[in-house]
Amino acid sequence: MRLTYIVDRGAKYVLLLTALLSLLVVFLIGIFTLREGWPAFTKIGLGELLSGSVWRPQMDRFGLWPMLAGSAMVTLGAVVLGVPLSLMAAIFMAETAPSGVRNIVRPAIELLAGIPSVVYGLFGLVVLVPMVRQIPVAGNQGFGILAASIVLAVMILPTVTNISEDAIRSVPREYKEGSLALGTTHWQTIVGVILPSARSGIIAGVILGIGRALGETMAMIMVIGNSIIPPRPLDSNPLTIVLSTARTLTGNIAVEISYATGLQEDALFATGVVLFLMIILVNSAARLLMRGKRNG
Amino acid sequence: MADKGWGPGTEVQRRRYLFAGPKGRVQASMVVSPRRAARRSNSAVRKITQKLAFGVLWLAGLSSIAILVTVVGYVMKEGIQVISWEFLTTAPLGGLSGEGGISTTIVTTIYLVALTIVIAAPLGIGAAVYLGEYAGEMQGRRGLLPRLVGIARFGVETLAGVPSIIFGLFGYALFVTAMQLRFSLLSAGLAGACLIMPVIIRTTEEALRAVPRSYREGSLALGATQCQTIVGVVLPAALPGIVTGIVLSVGRIFSETAVFYVTLGGSSNLPKSLLSPGRTMALHVYSLAMETRAFDKAMGTAAVLIITIILINLTINLLSRHLATSARGQ
Repeated sequence: MRLTYIVDRGAKYVLLLTALLSLLVVFLIGIFTLREGWPAFTKIGLGELLSGSVWRPQMDRFGLWPMLAGSAMVTLGAVVLGVPLSLMAAIFMAETAPSGVRNIVRPAIELLAGIPSVVYGLFGLVVLVPMVRQIPVAGNQGFGILAASIVLAVMILPTVTNISEDAIRSVPREYKEGSLALGTTHWQTIVGVILPSARSGIIAGVILGIGRALGETMAMIMVIGNSIIPPRPLDSNPLTIVLSTARTLTGNIAVEISYATGLQEDALFATGVVLFLMIILVNSAARLLMRGKRNG
Repeated sequence: MADKGWGPGTEVQRRRYLFAGPKGRVQASMVVSPRRAARRSNSAVRKITQKLAFGVLWLAGLSSIAILVTVVGYVMKEGIQVISWEFLTTAPLGGLSGEGGISTTIVTTIYLVALTIVIAAPLGIGAAVYLGEYAGEMQGRRGLLPRLVGIARFGVETLAGVPSIIFGLFGYALFVTAMQLRFSLLSAGLAGACLIMPVIIRTTEEALRAVPRSYREGSLALGATQCQTIVGVVLPAALPGIVTGIVLSVGRIFSETAVFYVTLGGSSNLPKSLLSPGRTMALHVYSLAMETRAFDKAMGTAAVLIITIILINLTINLLSRHLATSARGQ
């Protein structure tokens, strides 16, 4: 009897230890990235690091502006291309799809989420880049923001669709019934009642999609061209900026970390810190929105 | 909602209503307000709008299938031509040739999956059991431990959204450099374990939450200790959910590239020990495409990856179906 008691107590503390170990991992990740990146903040300076437009490790110039711009532009592109499609797919799944069709679309979207990012990158490299290269603009290499945005749009589709669909499904049935009873059509109910009620959940889905887009690494390296100058229009038409090559924050880390030393390594860790902070900000916003919804 | 469609109507209509229809029956059409009448002529427009809108929704739903079919179909079509028994069983020749098969990368991937699961599963499941079964009693209490548990919960949630390259960066700083494990299976395994731990913790916690309270109460009432209850009653009931989490993690490791790109080293030789570098299938796809430009072999490897992922997804679906039926059985 005493033994069972001891085992019982012991198990509790062993389990506590594992829980604290997972806490330790979180802690270590924060500490290590910050500690390794700290010299960059002190030696280069926060202002130069964030707004400097020249990244030339061999000349000790470490400005992250090109990568910030690159990440922001591909993310924006992915949102513009991917979110409308994802939203409509979510409405389709939650409201109008016959269950037979839904049972095909759902696994398809699950599989889209499961496909490795290098496979998307490979597809982009072999299929999309040559297609983009067909656009007749001088200096168009095919690699660049447009190709990257298309790849990312597909990659965020499952995230945005799933979370929006959940949000739409969790709208109380009475709202929908009340609206339909007033004589509105199903579509009017969707636009006027269901979507507004599901708004915060849908926004949370979009924000998580943005988080996913900001964090994507390998597929971006493969299709974006990885140039270290800030993206700029290729000719007098400002829209040609989408054909410009660029580099993302994630790509910056992955491409250079394995051979970087000294200040360059520090600057790469600082890149990681910037990315980490951006993601935490984005995800907390999404979590706040979803939690507010649940309580309200 | 103030009533708009069922208004009092004009005087004329009201009289018509009073005099009722030819058969003395009140007909709905007679008590119609002008506003409602206008709306009804509108109903054709509304129906057409709805038809159009639903058509667009169909298009969206079908295009997500089309995207999948395009990507997977293309890779499979190109890849299947390369895949053969020889491709699967010979080692890559290495260097810049892009020749050879993918045998060593398959073996390395399996090693790495096993290693990460062995590290992450006990820790993740343990942490989840603690958070789900023991930490409940701490809610609202003060002190160091409850606060730590709160932070741990927040940490797990945060980690789940952190991009994998950050885990890679961390793994590079801690395991590769600081702990001097170099680019190796062990470094990659530890970094990968950090990556999948949040997944395992979350799915396990969910699985535990789905176990009815009455199970625990019944077991405790029979005189079992909490530990015996967890081992003998709660964990078996939650097993399919936990296994789903582990299978999910396996898929994650199969498809992960960024973490291993900066921790595993990329050598295409077969790893001889935990401390030797290696190359997973996903990494092999990357180096074939970006370094050697051997796109056909890259497609072949990618096709093998996709087939694996499809099998993993099927397993998860089977498991969750099993979960659903056993839940209904209760």
